This record gives sequence, C-alpha cells and structure tokens, in this order.
Amino acid sequence: MDPERHLWDGASRMKPVNAVITEVVEETPTIRTFFFETSFDPEPGQFVMVWIRGVDEIPMALSYDNAITVQKVGPATSALFELGNGDSIGIRGPLGKGFDLMPGHILLVAGGVGAAPLAPLAEKASSVGIKVTTLLGAKTKEELVFRQRFEKAGDVLIATDDGTEGKHGYVTQLIDNNENCSQIYCCGPEIMMKKVLDKVLPSKSQFSLHRHIKCGLGICGACCVDGLRVCMDGPVFSGDVLKKSEFGIYRRNECGERVKV
Amino acid sequence: MLSLKLTGIPLKNPFILAAGIMGTTGGSMKRIAQAGAGGVVTKSIGLEPKSGHSNPSMVEVDCGYLNAMGLPNPSYKNFQQEIDTAKEGGVPVIASIFGGCALDFSQIASAIHADAFELNVSCPHAHGYGAEIGTDPTLVEDITSAVKNTVDMPVWVKLTPNVTNIKSIGLAAQRGGADAVVAINTVRAMAIDIESGYPILGNKFGGISGRAIKPVAVKNVYDLYEALDIPIIGVGGIFDWKDAIEFIMAGAQAVEIGSAVGNNINIFKDISSDIEAFLLRKEWTLKDIYGMAHQE
Repeated sequence: MDPERHLWDGASRMKPVNAVITEVVEETPTIRTFFFETSFDPEPGQFVMVWIRGVDEIPMALSYDNAITVQKVGPATSALFELGNGDSIGIRGPLGKGFDLMPGHILLVAGGVGAAPLAPLAEKASSVGIKVTTLLGAKTKEELVFRQRFEKAGDVLIATDDGTEGKHGYVTQLIDNNENCSQIYCCGPEIMMKKVLDKVLPSKSQFSLHRHIKCGLGICGACCVDGLRVCMDGPVFSGDVLKKSEFGIYRRNECGERVKV
Repeated sequence: MLSLKLTGIPLKNPFILAAGIMGTTGGSMKRIAQAGAGGVVTKSIGLEPKSGHSNPSMVEVDCGYLNAMGLPNPSYKNFQQEIDTAKEGGVPVIASIFGGCALDFSQIASAIHADAFELNVSCPHAHGYGAEIGTDPTLVEDITSAVKNTVDMPVWVKLTPNVTNIKSIGLAAQRGGADAVVAINTVRAMAIDIESGYPILGNKFGGISGRAIKPVAVKNVYDLYEALDIPIIGVGGIFDWKDAIEFIMAGAQAVEIGSAVGNNINIFKDISSDIEAFLLRKEWTLKDIYGMAHQE
C-alpha cells in the first residue's frame, strides 16, 4: 500500500500557505466570496483549512479554484469578514475527497451556503456535457447563492423558506421524480441533507459533510462520523455509507460530546 | 507468532494505537481495531468536558507533525459508551486519562471500565496537566500509586521526553506500582509563519511527533530498559516495520503508532505481516529481538 496515496501536493498540506486576498464579493447580506491570488486546483468538494491569524483555523469548501465562500456565523468568520483586498490568510489544502462526478443527468441539491462546493461541480459537469439540474434553496430570496452559476450550467428550481422566490418551503420539497437522475449531489444544513438522504436512493447520492475539523490530516479523529474521518475519508460521502451512520442523528462538539443534530 | 501477554493483557500483536489518534469516538477506535491493531488507546479523558486549544491545533512540518490539541475530551462521564463501542473491535481498549492531581486520576479511573489505564503525565502543552506533572518524580509516583490503589486493572504511565533524565521519572512510576511505562510523548516544539511572524499553532507552541522524534524515542526506550524492571512500550515516529523492530531491539515489549495512521489506516496490518516475514527470514522470535541492542 502506498502510504503517500492521500498526498496530492505535499507542500500545501503542510504549513499554511500565505494567500493574499485579491477581491471580496458580497454574494448575499451574510455570505461573501474571498478570492486569492493563489489557485489551489481542487476537485469540486475538496476543502481548505483557513487560518485567520491570531483567531482560529476553520474548514471551508473551495467555491472556485482560488476562492472560498463564507457565511458569517461565529468569531472566525466574523474576523474573516473584517479582511479585504491585500490582506492575507493562511491556507492548508486542498484537503479530503471531493465529489465523484458521474455521467448522465445529475441533480444538485443546495441549501444556503451549501451551494459553495456544488457550484464548481455544476460548472465542471456542464463543461463535459453532463446534464445538470439544480435545486437551490435559501431562507429568503436575497440569500440565494450562485444562482447565475447554476443557471449557466443547467436548469434551476428555487425554494425559499419565506416564499419570496420560487416554491414557498424547503428545497427538499422539490425532490420528486429523481429516479431518472444518474446521481444526486447534496450540501447544506445536516437536517436538510438527512431529509434528502431519506428521499433518494442512497447508493446514487453523495453528501458533503460539516464537522469540527482540527488536524485536517486524518490523524486526530476529532471529525469522525462514527469511524469515518470527514477531513480525510470525506468530506464527501456516498449516501449508503451515511445511511448506517450517526449522520443526521448526532454530531460531536469541540469536546467530542455527542450533540443532537 | 506476534501474540504476547503485556502487563497481563493478551494482545494478538504488539502494535497498539497511540493516545490522541482516532481515539475520540468509539467508532474510530473500532475501525482501527478492525484494521489490525493489537490494542487501542483512547484519547486522554479528564474530569470535565474540554474543548482544547484553538486551531491550528495540528500542522505538518518538514520532519513530522506539530500539535497542541489541548486535551479536548468529553469527560469521563460521557466516555464509557465510546469505550464500549471500541470494544466491539475485539481488542483490548486502554483508557488514557489525565488530571491535575492524584485525586483526579483515581476519580476518573474508578469510574471507567477498560482493559488497562494509561496515565497521561506527559502532554507538553496543557497548563496544569501532563508534563507539568510528569517532570516531577514525586508527583508521578503519587499519582501512579493512587491509581494502582483504586483499580485492579494494569496501569501504564506515559512519560515525557522533555526532562533531563527520563530514567528517574520511569523509576518513580515503577515505585508507584506501574505495570509498564510508555515512552515517549511528543517533544516540545513550535513553528512560526514567516509571512506574519505569528506562531502557527493556536497555543503558540506544542509538541512534535512523527519521523523527527524516532531516534529520540529509541534512545529513551533504550535508557529506560537499562533502568527499569517493568515493561516498556515504545512510541514516537514509527512509520513502518523497521521502525518498530528498532524499538523492540531497544527494549520495547510493544509499540504504539500514532501520526503514521493518518496516511495509512492499514499500518497495523502492514507492520504485522512485514514483521512476521522478517522474523521468519531471520529465524527469530519477538523474544529473541526484545532488547537485542543491549547485548555486550
């Protein structure tokens, strides 16, 4: 067995690389995209560890080859929102295993900022002739992320919790007749992803998970979903792996205590 | 061929998952057990839930891994279920525990059911715990004997290399009644981001594991073997079967593997089969090579 098989690029997995911010785009009132002068050549679904010096280091999906798309939710993301052009952060990555792109007609199900890893997947798929349909959901119209990117790649159906755009309700309510899809790709809040998992054929679906990631190297085990390392074996997992796991039931807090999802 | 009895515990092989690696969830320990480990040591468990140091808590450097996790753990009150799940892997589960004084250690040990205990008196970067205790022979002896007086299970004491003379700490553990010592924990270390001048770890400094510390660990095991009567479990930078053989020749009855698990979750199986082949080729047994480096 090749012990190096998880290493795509030794240098970037190691100490954080200095990434200078070249542009900040306000996607929604709570979500911004930070573009870097460094490109990371990820496969869609891979993530990076983003070090906001003096504050924290947090996992973030790459939404472009050279960008992350972040929702302001806590101290680290708030500190990141203070940064602008010319400021820099430290980046380790790309890390983990991304989406496995299947031929045919794929269905993307995105909830809120969960659109971040799915938008590059939609673009990659359409560029190689794969038909893409996206179900895009958010709390309200102005929180819809990357609508234009998904529309360029294929059909888009919208759902908003408050009915300001598209279907009034959850994006999960848009899933029917998915039998014709070759594969379903999903990222969003865990409760939403669990609902998707319960509605589709698990073996035909892939989910991008979020957990507390500490080492990002597959060593410490803090991000484990049962025995699976989100940082190394994931963050993308097939639905049938998740079906028999803690996914959608509980997660671990920073101490490792079980917390109900 | 590789089976042994270590401090009274039967092991199918002497290759054990080190503390702090894949040891927070029962599911992850079970996975490592099923991937061929002879035993698994849990994440260090303390009195109260602890979130640990802020990230970055672990980064890869040129010659190993730098970490300052800060003893994150869900507390012993929430941990028995994880041990019980880990036991489904079919190998002994050793509970690593930490505390600030002898009383903490015995309180935790008395409440946890495991096949053995590993006392963490060696974490190099947690204020009031670990190596702040483990550098003081009197405290190490007191804590060891307190736990020994509390439980009937074997007690291993994990030592820090960040001392002038590890033998004196090993001897203190032995006086306290330890059934074995485990050597070594990480070596104090830090890395600085030259773009900003910030220390990279959230805790500013931490400990280094991995390849860099293997020769340090081998020397510590070698020294402890000369000084102690109880078994030594070697740990520090084992990445393949040759590393493990070195430790056994230095005087380790068993070894623990940590950092290397990240890139090769099947390392226990790999090392077991490679060492079996080596022993066959040399017509040696584990007993033959145990402490071999000490021959005249």
